Amino acid sequence: MFEIFGIPSTALFGQLLIGLINGSFYALLSLGLAVIFGMLNIINFSHGAQYMLGAFAAYLLLQYSGLGYWPALIVAPVLVGITGMIVERLMLQWLYKLDHLYGLLLTFGLALIIEGVARNYFGSAGLPYTVPESLRGGQNLGFMFLPNYRAWVIVASLTICFGTWFVIERTRLGANLRAATENPTLVRAFGINVPRMITLTYGFGVALAAFAGVMAAPVYNVSPQMGSELIIVVFAVVVIGGMGSILGAIITGFGLGVIEGLTKVFFPEASNTVIFVIMAIVLLVRPAGLFGRRT
Amino acid sequence: MKRTIGLTALAVMLACGTASAQQVNVKIGVLSDMSSLYSDIGGAGSTAAAKLAIADFTKANPNVKVELISGDHQNKPDIGSQLANQWYDVDKVDLIIDTPNSGVALAVSQITTTKNKIFIVSGAAASDLTGPKCNANTIHWTYDTWMLANGTGKALVKTGGDTWFFLTADYAFGHALERDTAAAVEKNGGKVLGKVRHPLNTNDFSSFLLQAQASKAKIIGLANAGGDTINAIKSGAEFGIVKGGQKFAGLLVFASDVNALGLATAQGLTLTETWYWDLNDANRAWTKRWQAERGAAGKFPTMVQAGVYSGITHYLKAVVALKSAADGKAVVAQMKNTPTDDALFGKGTIRADGRKLHPAYLLEVKAPSESKYPGDFYKVRATIPADEAFRPLKEGNCPLVSG
Repeated sequence: MFEIFGIPSTALFGQLLIGLINGSFYALLSLGLAVIFGMLNIINFSHGAQYMLGAFAAYLLLQYSGLGYWPALIVAPVLVGITGMIVERLMLQWLYKLDHLYGLLLTFGLALIIEGVARNYFGSAGLPYTVPESLRGGQNLGFMFLPNYRAWVIVASLTICFGTWFVIERTRLGANLRAATENPTLVRAFGINVPRMITLTYGFGVALAAFAGVMAAPVYNVSPQMGSELIIVVFAVVVIGGMGSILGAIITGFGLGVIEGLTKVFFPEASNTVIFVIMAIVLLVRPAGLFGRRT
Repeated sequence: MKRTIGLTALAVMLACGTASAQQVNVKIGVLSDMSSLYSDIGGAGSTAAAKLAIADFTKANPNVKVELISGDHQNKPDIGSQLANQWYDVDKVDLIIDTPNSGVALAVSQITTTKNKIFIVSGAAASDLTGPKCNANTIHWTYDTWMLANGTGKALVKTGGDTWFFLTADYAFGHALERDTAAAVEKNGGKVLGKVRHPLNTNDFSSFLLQAQASKAKIIGLANAGGDTINAIKSGAEFGIVKGGQKFAGLLVFASDVNALGLATAQGLTLTETWYWDLNDANRAWTKRWQAERGAAGKFPTMVQAGVYSGITHYLKAVVALKSAADGKAVVAQMKNTPTDDALFGKGTIRADGRKLHPAYLLEVKAPSESKYPGDFYKVRATIPADEAFRPLKEGNCPLVSG
């Protein structure tokens, strides 16, 4: 066993892996944000609340209809995604032509309302949700004990992230979507229903948030404020990666998870500031973010 | 006949006259976390408890008129201070009560003494409130870090948990709790192997838990509260902390936290509280009334909320005895001079440094199979008598005592 900066290497490997796991959550959440911003030009501040709704939906499904973790992983994102689509149809669609600020204010207001309602009904302490039977236990990797559930988080997150990236960047559907963002009138002329595509895209982005929420429910406290605590960090991730850049959001999500994990070893007190320090530096050097395109 | 009416009228007037002479007006402010991580510990539940206390007291003493307001300090000392100033100066509040979050409580305590008002702390934990930072206008009611540390720390060291690692919330409360527990552990022959200080509202504890695991300490002391404690225990279960032979000590765990964890995750956790809703019939009856007032049948009151009830009851007694709430120091002195007695905490006293004394209970979270009905969370492992539960007067370094 050798040491790096006074920390045993085995401990360091463990921390790197944990950073990667946390990065999985950042990546999933920032991916949804990046999709919504990249395709709709909306800064979706209710993303944290929608993440929270995903976790709450999982809890309610279990409580009232006996649906366990695995069905909830599909059902909860679909349900929350539908609420997202309703919001898009009723409110967001009127704001595309206006400044970013209007979308931001609307979604921020929605987030506060959703959180307030949840707190009113469920209180702030949180709701119980346990790890599914099939993912309990863990593997001893020698340098650390890796719970099976966390391993699953990494696998699921990587799959979803790169699947989304592939669909948007490499398929015909994605090409249509990107074209619709560039020039909606022209794409309409080809017989594609652009407004419906935009609605589905927002629904998908929201469903991604809810999916992350279900993933988080067994390991983090399921409480109304769980989203607002995380969302600021996730916004920093998106800004560092470059607003609207899908690949940027994924890579920065994982990368920052690792950096934050290492900070927790070397200087724990700074672990929730380090991301913002990085954000400030990145913005100074590359104002469009690491993977962003200058417009 | 006319004369009788005249006499009756005179008698009524006289009666009213004496009543209005004794009429005492009091204004109480519940300053709490209404919207964030401690809002289930205090919050609207504290306001409900305050309403019950006022209703009970004014029923027996109709000449006392109590007005109740409440406010949200958002866990920010600056906002809490500003509210306290406004309440005392503009709204003419006589008593501020509750105030979870030690950072806010320490700030409000200072303001209270400069304005000669009264501050009863039920929600905050830092034992400094009756230690170096004590003053003649503040009473620390329900619990404090020393009592938590001493109750849980001592019990665990005595049953073999003699090596400790701390996960500490990085602010006044966490530091105080860690310091007091470390002292209790070392005094009883245990050893502290390490600690890590995490920011308030940390989402993921796995990194810190790995460090705790690597320390090989038998006990992982959680010097934090609310969502932080829940997240730490939840991740701990996943990382096999308890299966690996280590044990969590929840240094500040409330019934609402146990509910959020679920008994399956929380079972076996040892903790200390001064009040538990299911301890006796009086508590159970009060809990029913509280649930009705709060409009939440599935929720259970915490010791902080019970403390608000108890604190206001004793305060109002002192105000009636003095017939005035104007002089904060005089009311506090009166409160210290008379023993406390209420339905929830029973008989007790308030010490010169502002510390309210009552017994504490060492509790253990039940396994799911032992829990018979909703809210059936704890087994009582031991009762710590009032004179042992809190820090001895001379060890506190309170300027009021040492002069």
